[in-house]
Amino acid sequence: MTDHKSAPVVTLLDAAKHFGPVRALDGVSLAVKPGDCIGLVGHNGAGKSTLVNLINGGLSPSSGEIRFSDGTAALEAGVRSVFQELSLCPNLTVAENLRISHKALKGPGWRRPARVEILQSLDRIFPAHGIDPNAEVDTLSIAERQMVEIAIGFAPRGTAARLVILDEPTSSLDAGIADQLLAHIKRFCADGGAVVFISHMMGEVFEVANRIIVLKDGRIVAERATADFTRQGLVDAMGHVTAETADAEGIRQDLGPEIVRTDQGLSARKGEIVGLSGLAGHGQAAALARLYLSRSSSWRYGRTPDVAFVAGDRPRDGVLPLWSILRNISISALRQGARRGLVDRHAEADVAAQWKDRIGIRTDDVRNQILSLSGGNQQKVLFARALASPASVVIMDDPMRGVDVGTKQDVYAMIRAEAARGRTFLWYSTETEEVCQCDRVFVFRNHEISAELTGADITEENILAASFELQEAS
Amino acid sequence: MSFLARHRIILPVVSLAVLLAATFYMQPRAMSYFGLNLLFNLAVPIALATIAQMMIIMVNDIDLSLGAFVSLVACVTATFLHDTPMLGLLILMALILAYAALGALIHTLDLPAIVVTLGMSFVWGGLALFILPSPGGASPDWLRSLMTVKPPFAPMAVVASIIIAVVTHLLIMRSGIGTVLRGVGGNARSVERAGWSVIRLKALAYGLAGLFGVLAGMALVGLTTAADANIALRYTLLSIAGVILGGGEFIGGKVSPTGAVIGALTLTLAASFLSFMRLSPDWQIGAQGAILILVLTARLIFRQKGAEA
Repeated sequence: MTDHKSAPVVTLLDAAKHFGPVRALDGVSLAVKPGDCIGLVGHNGAGKSTLVNLINGGLSPSSGEIRFSDGTAALEAGVRSVFQELSLCPNLTVAENLRISHKALKGPGWRRPARVEILQSLDRIFPAHGIDPNAEVDTLSIAERQMVEIAIGFAPRGTAARLVILDEPTSSLDAGIADQLLAHIKRFCADGGAVVFISHMMGEVFEVANRIIVLKDGRIVAERATADFTRQGLVDAMGHVTAETADAEGIRQDLGPEIVRTDQGLSARKGEIVGLSGLAGHGQAAALARLYLSRSSSWRYGRTPDVAFVAGDRPRDGVLPLWSILRNISISALRQGARRGLVDRHAEADVAAQWKDRIGIRTDDVRNQILSLSGGNQQKVLFARALASPASVVIMDDPMRGVDVGTKQDVYAMIRAEAARGRTFLWYSTETEEVCQCDRVFVFRNHEISAELTGADITEENILAASFELQEAS
Repeated sequence: MSFLARHRIILPVVSLAVLLAATFYMQPRAMSYFGLNLLFNLAVPIALATIAQMMIIMVNDIDLSLGAFVSLVACVTATFLHDTPMLGLLILMALILAYAALGALIHTLDLPAIVVTLGMSFVWGGLALFILPSPGGASPDWLRSLMTVKPPFAPMAVVASIIIAVVTHLLIMRSGIGTVLRGVGGNARSVERAGWSVIRLKALAYGLAGLFGVLAGMALVGLTTAADANIALRYTLLSIAGVILGGGEFIGGKVSPTGAVIGALTLTLAASFLSFMRLSPDWQIGAQGAILILVLTARLIFRQKGAEA
């Protein structure tokens, strides 16, 4: 215990984890020392979540060994995790959520220290956050919830955080807040803490990490200091070669008549890919939901639906978790294959098999449970569901959240092909790179459309300019 | 967030106040110490049963055996607790432990609580019939005098309701363990990741439900002085309605002990109110249901307004 300061917080020796025949993690050796900030990258299904769950004690390894410097359990050793899917209790207040993971808060009057502790932690990481520790979590926005979760991860909680695992912590934060977090991570590591940082935003990984580990198919394929990596090298190591940015195709002239127009000014023509952009939470999702609800009826369901919806919030309004992959795909096309009100099983299976191949869903059998798929593949199923319906308009509400680069490229290609065949896409995305794939972009600000960009005008600068309100002297 | 959405307790309070005002308008003589006691007397066991149901709903389950369980407790109280107090006490404690074990079983085997408790309702009902095949028994004297005590200022029923509300509020809303129990309803996985044993927490929640179920049965016998194997069967649905009326939700760990007690009072009062309106008893159950739907509709409308704001 003399070299406590420099001893690794956690050491993995050839750790492996199998789920039945699936080798989720196939022998990983890794040591995380105080002061380390490790960037963990890999496409969906590479074993990142499994590795994280081994380190934080959520799973025990099938073989190999995991050693903690203090005590035998992850929690005793000061290992905390902040997960990608929000894992707060929405019915409790912010301070009460801290109590869940802080057992030392006891006795009457525990609320005051809980409020103080969470507020201090929030203030330290996100100055000027404006979150009330007495607010119930379900009254907070998604970004605020994520901030609370991160603050709980870094809070002392009786001992001290020695290793904090952050799984896609910035996916629902806007750029300013994300910068505050990155700055805090750097401070935390400089003070001798350790961080494992998982993100699909390469820029962030390169900014904070001093070491990058690339996972592929359950193995570490590269582990080097950040300076020794280039972005292209990193993407290559992950096994997916980013396709060259599509050459500007110019404005496609072969667009059909206008088939969507809303009071807000949102419009789309047949075969057009229309993007919705702007800062998160400025009314894009609400505009799409209104459009969808106005074009579909709660009472009648016609033989050919007018619009199809691809959900971004998979657990909430996407997957049917108890159903198989096949059922999850075919639900939108049941009416077309039905005969006298009965489902045509063969037609249903054909539809699912056809989309499994076309969109590349990674499974042996479409009759497997949908939850057996990784997040990115679940998202592909949702795309397949929308595209399998004969709807002429497809509405997409930030569908690429937490999806890996390879899947994204597949889906982009699919969307372009379907658009060329005359389908119209309305696509809300938080990532500028995706919006640039569109034929026309509406930028939202304060629940109104602040700009409409077409063709060569669709650039990051123009979108940013339209997203931010410029202060004018009145 | 609107004011009403933030303070969920307001709607139950308003419902009770409106119903109380209507009752006093129909029958001004009820506005007295004696009248209030008569109106709310039977609310005490219902309030305790509602709290018991709330413990189960708090962890995202539902208990369909509560009425049968309270009946069984009433039978035990009127026989064993009266004749051989020690044995009676042991049986009641065993019943609480059985409830806790049921909670652990439901969680471990991942069984649907609705099915398990429905099955258990026949077990409890059978045991009750076994103990007391025909209505009878007698209330222990101390229990009888406890339930008919006449405190100054406010009648027993009102004082007891306030005590129940305060104690359960401290236990569920203010204490650390109560917070964690509500966390199980909100996001069991996150509680488990924080190092808690969810099995134990569920057993605790069910054990608390058993405890309050036992108290409900005892209070009932203290009021009626005798028991019957079917004495409290309608408590199952009354308690669920009480929890929901009091601002609770079926899932998500959103419960309010104070609201649950107020919900139980409202339901009891609704029955008296309908009698004052000279409504035939045949229609009363339907009318009670109508009141329930009315209140829930109001809540839904306010919530939607709150969401829009």
